[in-house]
Parts: sequence; structure tokens; C-alpha cells
Amino acid sequence: MIVVNEEPLDWHEGMTVRDVLRAKNYRFPMLIIHVDGLLIPKPDYDTASVPDGAVVQVIHLISGG
Amino acid sequence: MSQLVFDPSKVMPIDYTKRTEYLDGLEAFKAGRRVLKEIAYTPSLPDKGYNNRTLYVNVDSLEITEKPVTQQMKDVFIGGRGFGLYHLWNAVKPTTRWNDPENEIIISPGPVCGMTQYAGTGKSLVVSLSPQTDIPIDSNVGGFFGPLLKFSGFDALELQGKADRDVILFIDGVKGIIRVEEAPAGPVDSHVLGELLTHLYAENEADLPNVSVVTSGAAAEHSLIGMLNFSFYDRRRGCVRFKQAGRGGIGTVFRNKHIRALVVRGPKVAGDLNHPADPETIAKTGVKYHKEIREQDPHQCMMRRNGTAHIVEIMNAYDLLPVHNFQFGSHPDTHKIDSSYWQQRCTQATVDGCWYGCSMACAKGADGVVLKTGPYQGHMVTVDGPEYENAAGLGSNCGVFDPDALLELNFYCDTYGICTITYGTLTAFVMECYQRGILNLERTGGLDLTWGNFAADLEMMHQMARGEGFGKIAGMGVKKMKEHFIRNGWGDPQLINDIGMENKGLEYSQYMSKESLAQQGGYALTNKGPQHDEAWLIFMDMVNKQLPTFEAKAEALYYFPLFRTWFGLNGFCKLPWNDVVPADNSSQPEPQKVPEHVQNYVDLFTATTGIQITKEDLIMQSARVYNFQRVFNIRMGKGLRLHDAAPYRSLGPVTREEYESRAERYDKQIIDELGLDPAGKSTEEKMALHRTWRTGRFSKLMDSVYTRRGWTLDGVPTLARLQELGLDAFPEVVAVVKQHL
Repeated sequence: MIVVNEEPLDWHEGMTVRDVLRAKNYRFPMLIIHVDGLLIPKPDYDTASVPDGAVVQVIHLISGG
Repeated sequence: MSQLVFDPSKVMPIDYTKRTEYLDGLEAFKAGRRVLKEIAYTPSLPDKGYNNRTLYVNVDSLEITEKPVTQQMKDVFIGGRGFGLYHLWNAVKPTTRWNDPENEIIISPGPVCGMTQYAGTGKSLVVSLSPQTDIPIDSNVGGFFGPLLKFSGFDALELQGKADRDVILFIDGVKGIIRVEEAPAGPVDSHVLGELLTHLYAENEADLPNVSVVTSGAAAEHSLIGMLNFSFYDRRRGCVRFKQAGRGGIGTVFRNKHIRALVVRGPKVAGDLNHPADPETIAKTGVKYHKEIREQDPHQCMMRRNGTAHIVEIMNAYDLLPVHNFQFGSHPDTHKIDSSYWQQRCTQATVDGCWYGCSMACAKGADGVVLKTGPYQGHMVTVDGPEYENAAGLGSNCGVFDPDALLELNFYCDTYGICTITYGTLTAFVMECYQRGILNLERTGGLDLTWGNFAADLEMMHQMARGEGFGKIAGMGVKKMKEHFIRNGWGDPQLINDIGMENKGLEYSQYMSKESLAQQGGYALTNKGPQHDEAWLIFMDMVNKQLPTFEAKAEALYYFPLFRTWFGLNGFCKLPWNDVVPADNSSQPEPQKVPEHVQNYVDLFTATTGIQITKEDLIMQSARVYNFQRVFNIRMGKGLRLHDAAPYRSLGPVTREEYESRAERYDKQIIDELGLDPAGKSTEEKMALHRTWRTGRFSKLMDSVYTRRGWTLDGVPTLARLQELGLDAFPEVVAVVKQHL
């Protein structure tokens, strides 16, 4: 289990940041993502792993509106 | 996360230079004008962003005078919306209403407006007493009129009085002539009149981009929701296009004053016309920003490709797209009207943009649209947009997912001179009333307002333009329709009030706010009414969970409305602030504020005016005007806590089907937030629990926000706050406040 924006999400072996975004249906193009406090650069979303128990923060910038 | 892939081979092969022309009546119109008053004046260009004079025109008495811009005006009100509110305050009394001759329309571009080195610098602000809200409305608009007015020598244009016949005001900033002309009988609708007048007042073909026209349309004459079109000449397409000052019914005021059009002819635009204090800094900041757009936009919002419509699919994915009068947040047919369609339908072979130098260039145009209904049936036109608000308001919120119908609705809103946001929300309201039996065929005069019936939707709009039938009733707006329906006993008053999405008399813009408390405040705790240009906090609050406390929400509802007010004081567009961000923005403190861009704005203001400011000064500049506007509302008999009340649809689920569409979420909230067990409770019982909880926390939010803003719990700025802002220098402002302390 991991926590994404204060909500629990099932974890699986080999989970990446991209998997988290898919699972949450986070489609917004301007995101800032921290995994356990570490900033993940956008080019690394496909490869950056998310360990079991991780706290993931996905900040959507304001845009729109 | 997914990035829409652009496939150039799918762009529809439409000749963007072809459209119906409206110049047949040019010579007759020219000959039919009659000069009522003409004066000579000395044109000038700004010095450090200011001309230091404004223009006053009374369309009844034909008085035309210049007024000085004082140092106090610049220090306290800056320009744009600030100048508009200042002039309006001096023009009206607490008893003045929108259709009284003393009501004014003020157009002011702001000191930075007209810059060509940075993106989004062509905005002007329009201020008037609104026919919908009876308080000041401000509406920001692109197009060339504001910048050309400024380069003709004026920091603002004040229009007062009410003519007894249709008039055209012409300002020739090259020859130094200001003329009021009687307009001959002829077109009113913007796409015809705008093209005619642009060609009439331009000296030759090369002069066309130096002319801009402000017009409204037929529906503005018969409704309270009229808007103003500000033209710009699109050289590549060879046609006149428009941007809209939409909100609050200023077009209705315009036509009530019998103003057919405003025309300005300015000098050829060049990069130095503002005569800024520090052109090098402006150039350097602009180059840096253009590089950022070029490098980042294709990987971020793709504004250059899709414009603001890029968020249609995003809002749908996050369950935030208004569907069926804000009941639901997504719909399976959204893909038919999202940006994957618009990037094929809008012309991509030419660069768009509503002012020179805007590298964001988001003003998309759909060319080759052949109209199927109304007085222009069969004509081929270019439609501006649809922007997000139009796609959501005219589309999903009304259940219309036919893109051709959306373009036609968008076109007629524009040319008839009515606000697309307002029209979308009021149509969604009447459609829901129709589904719920509050309206029926007899009451609508035969209009079958079933969700998605765009034929009836268009007919209602044509009726509005003709001043006939149910269209005329709809044109009163949601607030007055609610009163009308309740007075006639057509339905449960509480239901009608709950689902009519207006606050202060203005219709909500197109975001679902019921799951974000901060956005509920972002809409209802505004000065002019529920418009997203003050604070758009849905993601910060609902998705990111960055605003966990009332204090955090109140801080966001302090900072962002003030930050965004500043754009309207200076002539900036909001979009370049946060629809692209620097590559390293994520590593900056407070990335949601886009700190590098905030510094750009500080630098651009200082470099234009020569006045050194900090980012904290920027907020204080806005706070003066923001609080002045709040006091102005109070002076007009509004502006208190009771006037910030929100319709329940914006706070929570009104109906059984809304609750059940999100039952899991709502049941969980009963457990987590209320500490109760939803098991065994009926939907109605659970809805009642939610209502008590949601209205209670909204009231608590009001307390927190008012306190942070330096207001009493009744929403009145305190004397201490006025002193802090220097507004105690205005005895009339203090006197208004003292009556409520």
C-alpha cells in the first residue's frame, strides 16, 4: 500500500511513477511529483520506482481557470 | 498522465482565407452617417506607460473633454480596472442603476498594455454598473481597441449619457479627431458591423490593422446578458476577428445608451510606443519567456496548438467538467468536443493571437463554418474558439456534444453580443427546469429544451436576438428567471433556488465546485460574482490536498484573487502566467505561484513605469483596488455577507441522482467528516446530513476568508484595513464603511 495525495493506493512489485499516474487517472500535463520527499523529474516518470509504503505527492499546477 | 499527440494529417483541409463578405452596404452606410459633434485634439504616445489623460464622452449632451490622470490615481488605482472603478465611483450615486444615463462604461488598458515584447499584453478592462448584479462589473478583453486607444493618447475612455438615436464614436489617433456620428440604419450584429466599420474607417488596405471596433449585437438589446466584442484585424486570414468583454451585461448597457459602435484608428504599432523606462529589461524578459514557450509548451498545455480547450478532457478525467447544469463532472461523449477534435477543426496553418508579440497565441479560429440556422443561414464564417468555457458551457453543461452545433452556438453568441459563459449556464438551468417539469412546452412556447437539443437551444438564442418568446425570458439571466418561475408557482422554490447557478446575479463559469470548498469560496467570495478569474483552486484543494485547513484555504483566497487582480490593473492576460511554466519550476519554493513569472511581472512593471516595486508591492497594489471595489459594492447596497451566499448546487448534491452518482464518496464523507454511519439511512437522510455539514463549513470558510482579508464577519473592510491600504485618504470610502461597523 502507498499513499498518494493522502489517499491509499494498492502497491505492486515494480511500480513506477507512471503506474501511479495511470492508476489515479492523473492526466494533467503540468505535475510536480515527490516520492518520499524526493522530486522526480518528468523524464524519469517511466523508470522511477515507487517502493511499498511510499508517500507520493502529485501537485497539479493551477493552469486552466 | 497522457499528452495529446498532434497529427497534422488529420487537420481538416479548410481554406482559412474564404468566408462570406459583408461590404456590399459600405458606401450606403458611409453616406448615411451624420456628424453630430467633432473636435480636434492633440494625439500623443504614452510616457512610461501613461498618457496622463483620459477621454470623457457624453453621448447625449455630446460633451467631449479630456481629464488629467493625477498622481494619486496612478498610485492608488494603477490603471485598467482601477481607473474604471475610480471613474465609475465618481460618476454614479448609490441610487444609480444600470440603465440610468449617469451609469458609465469605462475602457482602460493599463500602463503595461500595448507592450509587444512579452506575451499577453494587449488586455484592457471594461467597467460599468451591471444590469445583472446592480454593482460594478469588470470584464477583461483582448483585441486591439485598448492598446490603440492608449496609442491615440488616452489612458481610459469614459462613456456616459444615453443618446436618443444610435451613434458611433470615432477616435482618430493619427489625425487628432474625435467625432460622434449618427449611425444610419443598418447592421447591429458584430461580425457584419465590425467588418463594415473596419473597412469604412481604415484609410487603405495597409491601415486595416490600425483600426479596432467595439460592437455588441441584437441580443444585447433584448436581454440583460449583453457583451462587447473588441475587434482585431487578422492579416493572415484577411478578416476582422473579435475578443469578448463578456461578463455582467456591459453590452446591454452599451446598446441601452444607443451606442452602435466605438472605433479607434491608431498609429502603426511598434515595439516602443509605451516609451518604457527600461526597454532593455523588457526585451530581455520577453526573449527569455518566448524561449520558454517554444521549449516547454509542446510538452505542457499545448496552448499554441489547442488554446484553452486543452482542459476539456482534463476536467472530464478529474470529474470536474460541468455536465447537465453542474450536476455531474464527466460524460462519456466528452471526447466529441475535447481538444483532440478542436486541433483538427481549428486552423493550424496560421499563427493566432489577439495582440502583437503574444507567443502563447491561444486565440484559435475555426474557419469555413457554414451556418445552418438563423438570419445568417448559409453564410460561411470564421468562429473564434471554442475556448474551454464555451465548450463546457454551451456543450457539456447543456448536454450538447455535437461540435458543429457548438460552433454555431458560439458564433451566434458572439455576433448577437451575449456572453457565452452566461448563456451556457442559463441554458443549462432552463434545460434542467424542463427535465424536472418546472418548465414545459407551454411555458417555453414550444421549445423542447431536452438535454442536448441544440436546435431548440439555437432557436431560444434567435428568439433572444429578436426579443421574442421564451428567449426573452431566458435573457433576463438565472437570478431573474428564478424569481419569475417562483412567482408563477412553477415549481418548488427551494429546488429552483438550489439549482440556479448564480451568485450576486451573475451566472457561474464552467467549473464544478461542489467537491472543493476552496473553489466554492473562489467563486462566491468574489467582488463581481462567480467568475474563475479571481481564484481557481480546485486542484490545489481537491486533488493536491494542499489546503487542508480553513486558514490555508483563506490564505489562498487572499493571495490568488489579489495576484490575479493585478493583471487587470496593468493590461496583462492571465494565461501566460501559468499555462506554461519554466523547466525548473518544480524545484522552486511555492511552485504553484510560478515564482519566475511573478518576478517577470515585477520586472516588466518597473521597466515600463520606472517605479521600483517588489512582489509584495504587487499584492498591495491589488489590495487597494480590490478593497475599494468591495466598498463600492457596499455603497451600492450590496457587498455584505448575505450577498456572498452560494446556491446549494455549488456546495453539494441537490438531488437524489447527484448523490447516488457519487454515493461512495459521499457515504465515506459521512463516516470521516461527520463520524456517523450511513448504513440504513435513506438517500434523502444522507443528503440532509451533507447539506448541514456543507453549508456549515462554507459559513466557517467565510469567517476565515473575511478575517484574512481584514474584513468584519459581515464582509466589511475594517477602518484599520483601509488605513493600511491608504484608502482612508478618500473620505467617501470611509463614510460608506462606517455605516456598517
